[in-house]
Amino acid sequence: MPEQRKKILEVKHLKQYFGVGKPDMVKAVDDITFDIYEGETFGLVGESGSGKTTTGRSIIHLYKPTDGKIVFDGNDVSELHTKQQYLEFTRKMQMIFQDPYASLNPRMTIEDIVAEGLDIHHLVKNKEERRNRVEELLETVGLNRDHASRYPHEFSGGQRQRIGIARALAVEPKFIIADEPISALDVSIQAQVVNLLKDLQKERNLTYLFIAHDLSMVKYISDRIGVMHYGRLLEVGPADDVYLKPLHDYTKSLISAVPVPDPEFERNRKQIEYDASIEEDKEGKPRKLHEITPHHFVRCAEDEIAMYKERAAQFEQK
Amino acid sequence: MGERILDVKNLEIDFHTYAGEVKAIRDVSFHLDKGETLAIVGESGSGKSVTTKSLMGLLANNALVKGGQILFHDEDLLKKTEKEMQNIRGKDIAMIFQDPMTSLDPTMKIGRQIAEPLMKHKKVEKKKALAQALEILKLVGITDAEKRINDYPHQFSGGQRQRIVIAIALVCYPEILIADEPTTALDVTIQAQILDLMKELQEKIETSIIFITHDLGVVAGMADRVAVMYAGQIVEYGSVDEIFYNPKHPYTWGLLNSMPTLDSTNLEAIPGTPPDLLDPPVGDPFAARNPYAMKIDAEKQPPFFKVSDTHYAATWLLHPDAPKITPPEEIVRRQKLFEQLEAKKEI
Repeated sequence: MPEQRKKILEVKHLKQYFGVGKPDMVKAVDDITFDIYEGETFGLVGESGSGKTTTGRSIIHLYKPTDGKIVFDGNDVSELHTKQQYLEFTRKMQMIFQDPYASLNPRMTIEDIVAEGLDIHHLVKNKEERRNRVEELLETVGLNRDHASRYPHEFSGGQRQRIGIARALAVEPKFIIADEPISALDVSIQAQVVNLLKDLQKERNLTYLFIAHDLSMVKYISDRIGVMHYGRLLEVGPADDVYLKPLHDYTKSLISAVPVPDPEFERNRKQIEYDASIEEDKEGKPRKLHEITPHHFVRCAEDEIAMYKERAAQFEQK
Repeated sequence: MGERILDVKNLEIDFHTYAGEVKAIRDVSFHLDKGETLAIVGESGSGKSVTTKSLMGLLANNALVKGGQILFHDEDLLKKTEKEMQNIRGKDIAMIFQDPMTSLDPTMKIGRQIAEPLMKHKKVEKKKALAQALEILKLVGITDAEKRINDYPHQFSGGQRQRIVIAIALVCYPEILIADEPTTALDVTIQAQILDLMKELQEKIETSIIFITHDLGVVAGMADRVAVMYAGQIVEYGSVDEIFYNPKHPYTWGLLNSMPTLDSTNLEAIPGTPPDLLDPPVGDPFAARNPYAMKIDAEKQPPFFKVSDTHYAATWLLHPDAPKITPPEEIVRRQKLFEQLEAKKEI
């Protein structure tokens, strides 16, 4: 059960504003709080501009948060001051990027790309060990040993994404942020990459933050899901609960819009319209995440809890 | 179904590259009837975009049409000159592209962009054309259309821009609308709106749609008929129900199997990658990735076998002498649904 597991990441009241003090200040992430437990996959979904990517980037410290706290493996990320501390942090946390074409340096060989982390962290003693380690990693992600001496342009999108995964695995991290790792890939290749990520997680007890807009894929890979909109986390819960028993209107509308490869289902599909005004804070009634059913949270005001509990009860009756 | 307006026969297209001749389209035939939506499904590199570009006469300079015909109302589009094609393009056959950010002219007011095809093709004078542009802008659901007609593309969101692109494509009431991944760049909620809009307008304008996508979910909601492409060939085609509930080609099985559904706990990926079309394999091009491949698949290319009057698949598994095999679990589940649907139809 989640509560007995160790929290590997705690995000507390994270705020990430851009252009602070200017008239066009953007609240990309506006006061979100969630935890990720060791060994699980936490899926973060939302439309473009919802702040899901910014959240991932703030967690791995590519941005300095405007406010709030990120605690990773017991340490406050904002208190990484020396280079040594920062190196320790990045060894445990790695990232896989969306675009397999833009995220690999075209002038470096695959060996150098994958080994960059090994070099920075001084994890290998000599050239031979470095080469062996890279070849091992390539085999782990389903590529050939002799791919090491090639360049990125010689690979397809799916293969490149495997190289990106090998690079992330090189330093043996505990935690990997995967930001839309499959959205640039073809359907038949998407499943390959997702299954690879799942297998690696089992083998190495990895924890994932999986960021995507493809709800059905997120549901398939995640243990828990968080739904973001306008920089806020609206609903958090076990993947099945959020997907099959969505409580927040926004989640409902998002799920109703997902096309399903089933013509009969599509013919009878009713899309649910969403009225964003229900998210607006009312005077004196601040909204925050409240637990409606066990482990299933919805962002709402105190006086709305009863209404959501009612909704949850209706699912049980069905 | 209505009258046949487009008939593509045995189309073959090569591309000259430094590495050699890429056989991008290999003996592709299909047709389109009035008022229907045909979806062409396939992975990148399968030839779906090249096929539609050839319909528009928009092939790149290094493309070479080796053979075949594209009959539009019994006239071969491949024999038309560039000038003749310019009269058809945008008027009789229009196209919507994937990326609404790059398919509009950033320096031109959108009203002018919508009116342009009218002025060019139908010789409508500017004032009238702009009035019609306003009408269609309202039709595609741009609020406050009277004011916004004088805005520039950058003042609109991605979904709104795709609505404007649709308005431009439909302003001349084309007979065929080719939509090449029109919603891939959009969020799911916006995608649903655009797809609904396309269906609604299709009824009003009575246009036929060729819909290109790799998203089987979108196909299920949009298409009347589906053609599945692999390695430059059509490997299976049929009605939307036949393809989704009674697929016969192992590649179609693989595609349906690798899509997560509401209750899937296990995803079966198709192993390997598509073949290199510089040097297409002998026999069935899917054989190398096909767990059901037989000896003959490596030797001889399968012809189309008839499943029903509307449903054909190119796989040796349908040959009367082929051994009986059990398709993947998910496909068996779908086939059961198909039997139920068929039973319902008979009653």
